Amino acid sequence: MLAGFDFSVIPASLPFLWEGLQFTVRLTVIAMTGGIVFGTLLAMARLSGIAPLASAAAWYVNLMRSVPLVLVILWFFLVIPIVIGHPIGAENSAIITFTAFEAAYYSEIMRAGIQSIPKGQVAAGYALGMGYWPTMHHVVLPQAVRNMAPVLLTQTIILFQDTSLVYAIGAKDLLKASEIVGRNYGRPVEMYVFVAIVYLVISLALSLLVRRLQRNIAIK
Amino acid sequence: MDYNWHWGIFFEQVKAGEETYLDWLIAALGWTVSVSLVAWLIALVLGSLVGIARTTPHRWLRWPGAAWVELFRNIPLLVQMLLWFFVVPELLPENLSLWVKRDMPAKEFVTAAVALGLFTSARIAEQVRAGIESLAGGQRTAGLALGLTLPQTYRHVLLPMAYRIILPPLTSELMNVFKNSSVAFAIGLMELTFTARQMQEDSEQGIETYLAVTVLYFLCAFIANRVMALIERRSRVPGYITQAG
Repeated sequence: MLAGFDFSVIPASLPFLWEGLQFTVRLTVIAMTGGIVFGTLLAMARLSGIAPLASAAAWYVNLMRSVPLVLVILWFFLVIPIVIGHPIGAENSAIITFTAFEAAYYSEIMRAGIQSIPKGQVAAGYALGMGYWPTMHHVVLPQAVRNMAPVLLTQTIILFQDTSLVYAIGAKDLLKASEIVGRNYGRPVEMYVFVAIVYLVISLALSLLVRRLQRNIAIK
Repeated sequence: MDYNWHWGIFFEQVKAGEETYLDWLIAALGWTVSVSLVAWLIALVLGSLVGIARTTPHRWLRWPGAAWVELFRNIPLLVQMLLWFFVVPELLPENLSLWVKRDMPAKEFVTAAVALGLFTSARIAEQVRAGIESLAGGQRTAGLALGLTLPQTYRHVLLPMAYRIILPPLTSELMNVFKNSSVAFAIGLMELTFTARQMQEDSEQGIETYLAVTVLYFLCAFIANRVMALIERRSRVPGYITQAG
């Protein structure tokens, strides 16, 4: 029972765990930034009206969304070295994979956001003499981002939790670091509890933040 | 690109055994499908109960419902799997704990189904709640005004509509369950992802292996989608729910 638990291994290995958490956060932030940038491009491609571009983007998004993330992680880990000719390490592979994977999910959010803007505004932009890109940049996207900010952040919380799946290729994130500590000190049970609490606290805090944001920035 | 393609690999024998790689994949597909369906059942039952609890006027039902959702939604599925596999048995009374660790049949399967089921139940609870809340408040009041009890109002008025409304998100959730079952590789359930890694190492034909497994996941998602679309068509209320799939 719980009485037999010994959590004293945690303070002793904090620097090591901190490194793991740093990778988790770094991966989350890079994949979020890259995912939103590429996701926005994908969404604009799908809505561009240029048939080959739109269908290529749709294919990419649907493909990524119908395969389990773990499998995508394994795919990239296998294929990247074959394509570029040399191994790049689990951490770099994870960063590339998550950026590519999350772009598909962010693009669906951005597409919904763009489509939530009334058509008349696009027409107004064209009527003022702006082309497709200026209309997107100055009229549609600023509002779409505002509408979508809470959903984008919710997706980021999911992304933060999903980064734990780099476990499959052995990248050293918070979970892997905790597991290594647990194994070295013979205290795996305590470390799994610890890692669950860390994820729970961070995700809960982030989702409270999203809820507050939702109230404050909604366009009324 | 430097890669030796070998599509015949699926019909070759594995390194240590009589069976072929195809046999491995078929067995793995069986585990993926069965763990997903059992988890889905658990998730539907518990998710409905929790979702309903959150819409009742009783605070002592709403609060635990909210806590349930937050707990299972804010810990990564992989970590939940590991918790159920390594930590929960330690918390059980000694005899039961020993039994679970040593003798429980299909330990990986049971653990994965429970973990995936509870994880998914939080998401289904949110959808059930949203479905009930999307109904005009007047329906609940009308049911109660007609003299139905609160459970009767749920049974005959609110839930039949709510479930129909949330069928599309439930469809994507069922497809998610198949995808999420891949996380069970971490506790050693020999489902598709676990087997893919094993076959990659054993056969050294990674690309063929992962392609085949990807196709099998597609197949699961596609069938799940079609079955749910059929249910959607069959349960449509004329004139109420817009046509779909």
